[in-house]
Amino acid sequence: MDLNLTAEELTFRDELRAWLVSNVPKDWSDWREKPMEESFPYLRTWQRKLQEGRWAAVSWPKEYGGRSASLMQQAIFWEEMARVEAPPMANSLGLGLIGPTIIAYGTEAQKKRFIPKILSAEEIWCQGFSEPNAGSDLAGLQMEARLDGDHYVVNGQKVWTSYGWVGNWCELVVRTDASLAKHKGLSVLLVDMKSPGVEVRPLRQMTGESEFNEIFFRDVRVPTENILGKVNDGWNVAMSTLMYERGSYGARLHLIFKSYITRLIELSRNIQRNGRPASQDPLIRQKLAQCSAEIEIMRFNQMRAFSRITATGVPGPEGSIQKIFWSELNQRLQQIAQEILGSYGQLLAGDPRAIEEGIWSYAYLRTRGNTIEAGTSEVQRNIIGHFVLGLPRSY
Amino acid sequence: MQFGLSESQEFLKDSARKFFAGECPSAEMRRLMETDTAYDAELWSKLTDQGYTGIIFPEEYGGVGLGQVELMLLMEEAGRALLPGPFFSTVVLAGSVLDAVCTPALKSKYLAPICRGEVRATVAILEANASWNSRDVQLNAANGKLNGEKFFVPDAAVANFIIVVAGNGVFLVDSKAASLKISPMSGMDLTRKLYVVEFRNTPAEELGSVAQLPRAFDIATAALSAELVGGMQRTLEITVEYAKTRKQFGKPIGSFQAVQHQCADMYLETESSRSAVYYAGWALEEKAPDAATAVSIAKMYASDAGRTVGNRGIQIHGGMGFTWENDVHLYYRRAKASETAFGDATFHRERIASAVIDSGNVAAKTA
Ligand SMILES: Cc1cc2nc3c(=O)[nH]c(=O)nc-3n(C[C@H](O)[C@H](O)[C@H](O)COP(=O)(O)OP(=O)(O)OC[C@H]3O[C@@H](n4cnc5c(N)ncnc54)[C@H](O)[C@@H]3O)c2cc1C
Ligand SMILES: Cc1cc2nc3c(=O)[nH]c(=O)nc-3n(C[C@H](O)[C@H](O)[C@H](O)COP(=O)(O)OP(=O)(O)OC[C@H]3O[C@@H](n4cnc5c(N)ncnc54)[C@H](O)[C@@H]3O)c2cc1C
Repeated sequence: MDLNLTAEELTFRDELRAWLVSNVPKDWSDWREKPMEESFPYLRTWQRKLQEGRWAAVSWPKEYGGRSASLMQQAIFWEEMARVEAPPMANSLGLGLIGPTIIAYGTEAQKKRFIPKILSAEEIWCQGFSEPNAGSDLAGLQMEARLDGDHYVVNGQKVWTSYGWVGNWCELVVRTDASLAKHKGLSVLLVDMKSPGVEVRPLRQMTGESEFNEIFFRDVRVPTENILGKVNDGWNVAMSTLMYERGSYGARLHLIFKSYITRLIELSRNIQRNGRPASQDPLIRQKLAQCSAEIEIMRFNQMRAFSRITATGVPGPEGSIQKIFWSELNQRLQQIAQEILGSYGQLLAGDPRAIEEGIWSYAYLRTRGNTIEAGTSEVQRNIIGHFVLGLPRSY
Repeated sequence: MQFGLSESQEFLKDSARKFFAGECPSAEMRRLMETDTAYDAELWSKLTDQGYTGIIFPEEYGGVGLGQVELMLLMEEAGRALLPGPFFSTVVLAGSVLDAVCTPALKSKYLAPICRGEVRATVAILEANASWNSRDVQLNAANGKLNGEKFFVPDAAVANFIIVVAGNGVFLVDSKAASLKISPMSGMDLTRKLYVVEFRNTPAEELGSVAQLPRAFDIATAALSAELVGGMQRTLEITVEYAKTRKQFGKPIGSFQAVQHQCADMYLETESSRSAVYYAGWALEEKAPDAATAVSIAKMYASDAGRTVGNRGIQIHGGMGFTWENDVHLYYRRAKASETAFGDATFHRERIASAVIDSGNVAAKTA
């Protein structure tokens, strides 16, 4: 055990720091609170700039435009990005989940065709997995892909598709053989969202915004060369994407949560409770301390997991504790924020009396999605029970 | 950066596990807990042969000179075996205090015999107010004598000497002194006995000032948290095993999600406590600026988790969990004693609060 940075990690960090100093945009705060549709071109430009410095996908192999960064270097990357309050990247699913899946399963032609444009944010990707009747039970999905010459003809509906409204391409899980067992008959298609028959509809979330969409496919023709991996091996391809999904969050969340708790502590100094600043109220101090400590523990868990993955080569089902930990912690954090802010906590963006442009009311509502997206807390607990502890399956 | 154990650390942990499984299995632990002192001379000499009694102390005093992370690993395994007797009091607590407070001459006199396994020792800290806040210590030495009483002193009956924390310094008394009275307190944890120690004009040798105590107490606090992790680990293992084999409604109870999800939470709480403890060990070893806060984070989390893991473990055992013969309650009892020792979660949350709110420090150094 040695938590000091190695010489290699220090070099990586210093190079990144130097690059960020001269390249990170100074005006992100003017854009941050604007609707996503407005800020999206800004985020694309930022990602392009990052990739000019070869910083957009540090975890990717060098030959595909990354830096073959170790997990620890990736953690350093996100920590440094957060330190300078860098904007997020536009193509987050393409860079974090779908690109790596294409690198792992794609043909040479597919890699050549798709990888550069994922990096440059020229083509934004979305993830078409969930369906109205297949959420937790993803393998039960029904979207049909029928072979017709050198095309698949796709029919069905996807739902909760983040970035559907801006997506150029979609990693789509479809059923290519309905006669096989449910996990066996699936395939993954890379689908051009401009194909005739694709219809994207906004879905309004409980926060009021439309971050995700429902997508209808009617006789959409997808060339067979756009199959990712083998026919009827889509379950494994999709699982590999989900592994990246679970792994990629943790590293960047630590500093985001820390920035929340730091702001909350600042606010608590200026809010009065029982005739003194809330920061001096014993009960509030207990809650802030608990939350601060858990944010650190989340980081320790993450670093231990990284070291384990580095040693074994593959992320294991233990990763589920990370998903449970961060999502439930974020909800506790926002609940404490509401307790401290009191009546002001409910005020929405646009209300002149809202605290910090209403980010706290928004975050409170948004965190309810955390224990649902990327696999619900119940499903994560099933995974731990079954795959980590070896308990008999409940279904 | 590497948050995994090194090969030699894995080796130490593994051999400690095997050692305790061989020398202190459940039956032996139960035999010792039924005795007055829970101390066994033979077991002690085996602990000494392993080098455990000198694990973190300098070689010049007969120690092994390993680091704080190694201590955490050893204590984790000791906790998993529910090791009875004065190991914590003697080695971790008294040893760390002597190491932190004493001159080299005094270390040769008192620490070296601990490393060589020749003596048992303990530290008397709490008074009637049972406060872990150092400013609540009222006992003071006057003219080389102590008068007053200390409570909740672990393993005092088998200690050759007792280190006494007074308001005006750290002192040592010979436990055979006629002016000293040691009487048992009956605590929940049967594996680590507690005592009242009364001083009446008891001659006391000054070891040093209280200024160096916080670091020694931080080591003890982290080690206690490590012990809690081991207890949680064992509780989890016993419980999962039971959930796989116990059948009701024609199925193993472990196939019911109400049981499975509790097991998952036990796992999450155990692993998270372990991460916090390893980090605390590392921060202590490196003398990192956030070491004290890291120790509080570990103790806070492990204190609460030790209890909730035990709650869940007992619950999943149903009626069996409520019996004397099931080991889970023995871990549960130790967890309760360890929860309050060196400050419970509430105490440590306030310590964290003063670090992150009042001085505006971040909770931990970021890499
Ligand atoms: C903000 C957000 C963004 C999302 N983005 C995307 C995206 O980009 N692409 C995409 O494909 N999907 C996306 N999703 C969908 C997400 O993956 C699903 O919502 C999730 O997997 C749950 O599926 P479901 O909504 O159908 O709920 P269900 O599966 O119907 O679950 C309903 C409830 O039943 C519980 N439950 C279900 N099965 C079990 C079981 N076996 N044991 C115990 N409890 C169970 C669940 O835990 C949950 O509480 C997003 C969701 C959200 C909230
Ligand atoms: C203090 C005490 C006094 C008692 N007094 C009496 C008495 O006087 N007379 C008498 O006849 N009995 C008595 N009992 C026994 C008591 O009724 C049983 O212990 C209780 O019904 C649980 O059964 P069990 O111990 O066999 O546990 P199990 O049924 O084996 O349960 C073990 C665990 O599995 C869980 N579990 C089991 N089935 C399911 C399921 N389908 N879904 C989800 N979880 C499940 C349980 O909740 C529990 O957590 C007493 C028990 C105690 C602790």
